[in-house]
Amino acid sequence: MLEIRDLHVSIGGKEILKGIDLVVKEGEVHALMGHNGAGKSTLSNVIVGHPAYEVTQGSITFNGHDLLAMKPEERAHEGIFLSFQQPVEIPGVSMVNFMRAALNAKRKYLGLEPLAAGDFLKLMREKRKIVELDNKLTNRSVNEGFSGGERKRNEIFQMAMLEPTLSILDETDSGLDVDALRVVGEGFNKLRTPQTSAIVITHYQRLLDYIRPDVVHVLIDGRIVRTGGPELAMEIEQRGFDWLKPDS
Amino acid sequence: MLDTHSAPALNALRTQAFEDFRRQGFPSRKVERYRYTDVAAAFAPDYGVNLRGLSIPVNPYEAFRCDVPNLSTSLYFVANDRFYDTMPRGGETSIKKRPALPEGVIIDSLARVALERPELVAPYYGRLARSSKDAINALNTMLAQDGVFIYVPRHTVVPRPIQVVNILRADVPLMANRRMLIVLEEGAQLQLLVCDHTMDDHDFLATQVVEAFVGEDAHLEFHELEETHPTNHRFSNTYADLSAHSVATLGCITLSCGLTRNRTDVTLSGEDSEVNLIGAVVADGNQHADNNTLIDHRVPNCRSNELYKYVLDDSAVGAFAGRVLVREGAQKTSSRETNANLCAAPTARMYTQPMLEIYADDVKCSHGSTVGQLNDAALFYMRQRGVPEDEARLLLKFAFVGEVIDGIRLDALRDRLHYLVEKRFRGELGRCAGCGENVKCGER
Ligand SMILES: Nc1ncnc2c1ncn2[C@@H]1O[C@H](COP(=O)(O)OP(=O)(O)OP(=O)(O)O)[C@@H](O)[C@H]1O
Ligand SMILES: [Mg+2]
Repeated sequence: MLEIRDLHVSIGGKEILKGIDLVVKEGEVHALMGHNGAGKSTLSNVIVGHPAYEVTQGSITFNGHDLLAMKPEERAHEGIFLSFQQPVEIPGVSMVNFMRAALNAKRKYLGLEPLAAGDFLKLMREKRKIVELDNKLTNRSVNEGFSGGERKRNEIFQMAMLEPTLSILDETDSGLDVDALRVVGEGFNKLRTPQTSAIVITHYQRLLDYIRPDVVHVLIDGRIVRTGGPELAMEIEQRGFDWLKPDS
Repeated sequence: MLDTHSAPALNALRTQAFEDFRRQGFPSRKVERYRYTDVAAAFAPDYGVNLRGLSIPVNPYEAFRCDVPNLSTSLYFVANDRFYDTMPRGGETSIKKRPALPEGVIIDSLARVALERPELVAPYYGRLARSSKDAINALNTMLAQDGVFIYVPRHTVVPRPIQVVNILRADVPLMANRRMLIVLEEGAQLQLLVCDHTMDDHDFLATQVVEAFVGEDAHLEFHELEETHPTNHRFSNTYADLSAHSVATLGCITLSCGLTRNRTDVTLSGEDSEVNLIGAVVADGNQHADNNTLIDHRVPNCRSNELYKYVLDDSAVGAFAGRVLVREGAQKTSSRETNANLCAAPTARMYTQPMLEIYADDVKCSHGSTVGQLNDAALFYMRQRGVPEDEARLLLKFAFVGEVIDGIRLDALRDRLHYLVEKRFRGELGRCAGCGENVKCGER
């Protein structure tokens, strides 16, 4: 479903990703690990089309389409979702209006009628339950005054609303307390189907206890230096990354 | 000639106003208050002035279905510079009869009340809008024939919002000079919405002077909504004087305009009084909107809040100059002034000048202004969720202005304005949409 070939990415003239190859198949969960500044968020941002990053070489296709030729909103409509490492506040834009705009834009893209007001609110209610999101939060402006953990929970709520086929979770576990981590992890699993895939970026094993990865990658200094099974994550938890560095 | 169709209370000030105007001339941009708007250029074309009081070829009751939905207003018209009080004849229109006003409340032609009950008008007319202080005041006082007079007697609450619709309609370029005089006695309460429309795209020039006397403990909520053609020129001066324990909220929303310059001048002259000034401008094309405000804290223990926001696109020009003056002795003043602006295009220009002058030592005051673009991170976040870029921009602009609209305490007007602003940003705003769905613009 997602195919990244020899991807080189720069920002402000500085090369951050130095030749990434990554293939995610339907139904798979890939974990992406690596120390701070390795380029994990850069990779997720490039996949969703952040305009600040320049792709200098390589390709990304999604279900056979050239992803790099698509606008961010089109990538979203095609089924890609990024749970941001740091979700922004949007004062004055209510969660309800925001979600309605997002959902109806996707429906339009798919040739469907906009959802009727009643059905939409019903859907909001159902999806809120999955991540146990308080309706006080969905009645506010997007992320405005949300705590760090509430924002992360809100990201997964939005994922539930939009039903993406490829979800990228960029450190969704950071900022979550133990209970919230369980709710979010279990919520994510409820949303999984044999057709949905995910890239889960994390520094810790704890989220992977809920979301079992099929493949684990280690990204160091803009390159994937090691790919393995779930046991690789366990090993990193024990030993850190230094033993994986190319020159060690 | 100027006197024939007016009233002695209005005529009494004309000679002095003429002298004052001759002395001052049109203000040049060297006059600080008029720095951002070229007044003389706006007055340069030849405008017709309707001094004979000829009735204009429009029946506003037929042309407008003026009703902000759910806000069951009592509706009044000012056609060009005259109070329009020919009520619709039975059966011809669906206009509802105005509900009866509480006893003693007057909403009527200024000239008529000045003629019939001069004791209600003479003590107030021209007392705040001094012609010696400002050339537009002088010009308007010299020429104004009529306008609206609103009087709410002691401890009387007007239960329904009052809506006044100004319409400009002519077959030639026209200058109209209109007045509004509002007197709220002790404990009186009034909610007033004034909509400003043009019905053709002739060159219009309207001067307007509003004087509001807010008595002790009185409450005034007064909002102006401008939706005019790009060929309109508007010079509006609003004066309010607040007595002790009174509260006034004055809103000025410019949804579409040609060249607009609004002066709002508020004097807090009684202790424990409070004024809220709110303003929003949405301008694009070559529109020009200049708001110039003064809040004068003369006595202790008063509060003022001011929030103006502009969204400018294309080659629009916006100006905001807000002066807050805290006089010696006005201790325990609390004042907050904010002007925030969005320039959606690099060719749009915004001039902002908040000014705080404090001559008392025990006060809490803040002021600030910002000019920025849309938040890129927010824009990208929304696009990632699938909201198309145009729509995301729109939602952000709409949210930006929304903060001002949320300051309006007239619920139905607030809801209506949210709707209108959204339509405005979508470019779907009919010229007269402020007054309802069924309006046919430019209808003769
Ligand atoms: N806008 C930017 N301008 C300059 N450098 C940037 C920018 N964004 C990212 N970088 C740099 O790119 C490198 C990779 O950053 P990235 O955010 O992808 O790391 P990460 O692997 O997600 O780290 P973390 O685990 O801390 O989230 C870092 O050195 C960072 O400083
Ligand atoms: Mg990161």
